[in-house]
Amino acid sequence: MNAGLLLDLLLALAVLGTAAWTLLARTAFAAVIGFVATGLLLTLVWVRLGAVDVALTEAAIGAGATGVIILYVVARLRGGEAEISAATPNPVQRILAALLALAVGGLLAWGVLNLPDPAPSLAEAALAGTAPLGLGNPVSAVLMAHRGLDTLLEAIVLVFAVLAVWSMAADHRWGGAPGPVFPRADHGPLSLLARILPPVGIVIGIYIAWVGTDAPGGKFQGGTILAAMWVLPWIAGLARPPSVTDWRLRLMIAIGPLTFLGVGLAGFLIADGFLAYPAGFAKPLILLIEAAMTLSVAAALACLIAGPPERRRRA
Amino acid sequence: MTATTQGGWLLVMALTLPAGAMLLAFVAGGRHARTISLAALGLWLVIAFAIAAQVQSGGAPLSYVIGGWQPPLGMALRADGLSAAMLLTGAVVLLAVALFGRTPYDTPRGAPESRAAYAFWCFVPALAASLAAAFLGGDLFNLFVALEMLTFTALALACLDGRPSQFKSELRYLLFALIGSVLYLLGTGLLYGAYGTLDIALLAGRTRADAPTMVAGALMTAGLIAKMALFPLHLWLPPAHAGAPAAASALLSGLVVKGAFVLLLRLWFWVLPAPFVLGGASVLAALGATAIVVGSVVALRQERLKLLVAYSTVAQMGYLFLMFPLLAAADAETASRAWLGGVLQAISHALAKAAMFLGAGLVAASLGHDRVNALGGAARAMPVTVIAFALGGLSLMGLPPSGGFSAKWLLLRASVETGQWWWSLVILAGGLLTGGYVYRIVAAALSAPAPGCMARPVPRAQEYCVLALAVASMLLGVLPLYAFGLVRVGAP
Repeated sequence: MNAGLLLDLLLALAVLGTAAWTLLARTAFAAVIGFVATGLLLTLVWVRLGAVDVALTEAAIGAGATGVIILYVVARLRGGEAEISAATPNPVQRILAALLALAVGGLLAWGVLNLPDPAPSLAEAALAGTAPLGLGNPVSAVLMAHRGLDTLLEAIVLVFAVLAVWSMAADHRWGGAPGPVFPRADHGPLSLLARILPPVGIVIGIYIAWVGTDAPGGKFQGGTILAAMWVLPWIAGLARPPSVTDWRLRLMIAIGPLTFLGVGLAGFLIADGFLAYPAGFAKPLILLIEAAMTLSVAAALACLIAGPPERRRRA
Repeated sequence: MTATTQGGWLLVMALTLPAGAMLLAFVAGGRHARTISLAALGLWLVIAFAIAAQVQSGGAPLSYVIGGWQPPLGMALRADGLSAAMLLTGAVVLLAVALFGRTPYDTPRGAPESRAAYAFWCFVPALAASLAAAFLGGDLFNLFVALEMLTFTALALACLDGRPSQFKSELRYLLFALIGSVLYLLGTGLLYGAYGTLDIALLAGRTRADAPTMVAGALMTAGLIAKMALFPLHLWLPPAHAGAPAAASALLSGLVVKGAFVLLLRLWFWVLPAPFVLGGASVLAALGATAIVVGSVVALRQERLKLLVAYSTVAQMGYLFLMFPLLAAADAETASRAWLGGVLQAISHALAKAAMFLGAGLVAASLGHDRVNALGGAARAMPVTVIAFALGGLSLMGLPPSGGFSAKWLLLRASVETGQWWWSLVILAGGLLTGGYVYRIVAAALSAPAPGCMARPVPRAQEYCVLALAVASMLLGVLPLYAFGLVRVGAP
């Protein structure tokens, strides 16, 4: 058995192990830790499969941002044990759910094992379609050109999501800033991190977004790091989020999809149609969209983590 | 190979106009959001009409290749008769509901922005964009994104009242919708692994009846019927739809569930291989028939008007599944009848149900409650609304002349012609049960007011929006059948 195969086997077992641990964990907090660990191990799986872009996204969004959101939920659910146990399914329901999940898993496995080998793939076509755009990363070419409409609609969904979260606020709190107020931390590790990390993190976030056109990285991964650099000072009580009615915050969230849509429609005039790029100008236009999208992803993720407004609007 | 047809740019406009309007409304907020939203919906109706006219007159589907990248690497937007008809229905219902919403979601000049109004005026164009993506998408993954857009929009609309009591049923709705999305996505992944493309036109006629395709078909179908609330996955729908404010209920019951319906048709009659369709169609129809009977009987027993109307949605969605075995096992002419019947049912239900939910909302606003047994005096206080409600009910029952009649008559004929007479029994029984619950409401509304009953007047403009939808649902039945040649363009 060669080393690579052994590593893959260990990884697969570790993923299954942490997933089982997550399901069996007795407390919600332990389950979140298991969830984040599973996400990080999956990141390694993606690296082993050669999908570095997916690995970065899994680490940033799957394990990172989602982990933070769930952890935050767990913290906020403290004291609600009665409601939680009332909503927890009984053993019979759990067994039924497990059987159903096993059936779906089994079906999937049967389907996957019977897939044609070698699998039909568009990888060659995507590679051939990358260079004409002036890009070095075929993943970027697929996301921004070949399947640009998917990415555009996903960018718009992000705005839907922020608005959906905001709209869960109580009426009288509309106009307040999103999320709770944290006491200002002047000492301790959080305060130190919140002061030291952001300058470095912001540079790294921008760099990862910037290299996305030629190397693994891009707006979602870079934007997530930027969002984290905003969330840190916020939970340390050093920075306050703007009000949900502040048009500058709203513009920041919408500027990415708006730019994407604008460049797409401009294609009718300057190129061959919607979401087409003029020859020779593809890369600068894609970079423009990516820059605006990085800002929007960062703002939207930060708002999703913060949640609906929880304070009364200031008079 | 897909080529951009003449007028294909209209498809891009149908998708980008409401999406752009939503983004602008999101930034501008307040009164501007309403102005932007209403203007966009008006224009959207014009675009939908232009697309329908172009498809009807050309007799061929429209398509637009995005960015000039040919499928399978790129993707295309397509509008056949089904897309064009559903888009037009969506545009009519959305505009009527938006006009209705001008009263409850008004922001007076100088007043601060309010949460519900802001969310409503942003999510109405958002729903338009989601529906355009679902009806025009030509690629299975792109349609997944459309499903996600629909889910977020629907969830936010359902929570528009902001009552904590509503959150529980919405959370259940979210779980059903997300599980549905995941199952759909898993199937999409399998299909890509098997065929190397997700373009519907390229997959059509090429799929094999092998393990990956069958598993993908089963998973995606399960996901979509969960989103359509087909029996026995219907339990989330009544509390979610009935608990939302009237304008939102009308959109959820009238339009959102139809998005998944169009995807299911695309999957079954374009993508999946014949053995799957032949084997599975009767199962779907049997579940649909159960939904018709169970949904109607439960509706008949409801105490609350909005819950009654919501259970009626469960039953009426059941009719949509009767077309599957009729289409699968028929000669061309009968299949065409079943197709037309099924699509007409979706359209007439969208119009009638939107009218009935808006009407129910006005009744509740006027009387201060919506108990079916205490509706006395409602007809005197708001005759227009009660008439509109009754007209919508006639369409659901399938009485002539209404859109519902044409739909059910076509399905009935197709079921007799294909020798599957048992479905016609279900159609007739469903009609009788529907008659029962509609009669219950209308009779109660026409009775004398109970002593001490104070019916407050409701804005006339809102009543006319309800009436317009109900009349549109009736007019569908008056149109001669050749007018529906549109629905047959590009039919399977």
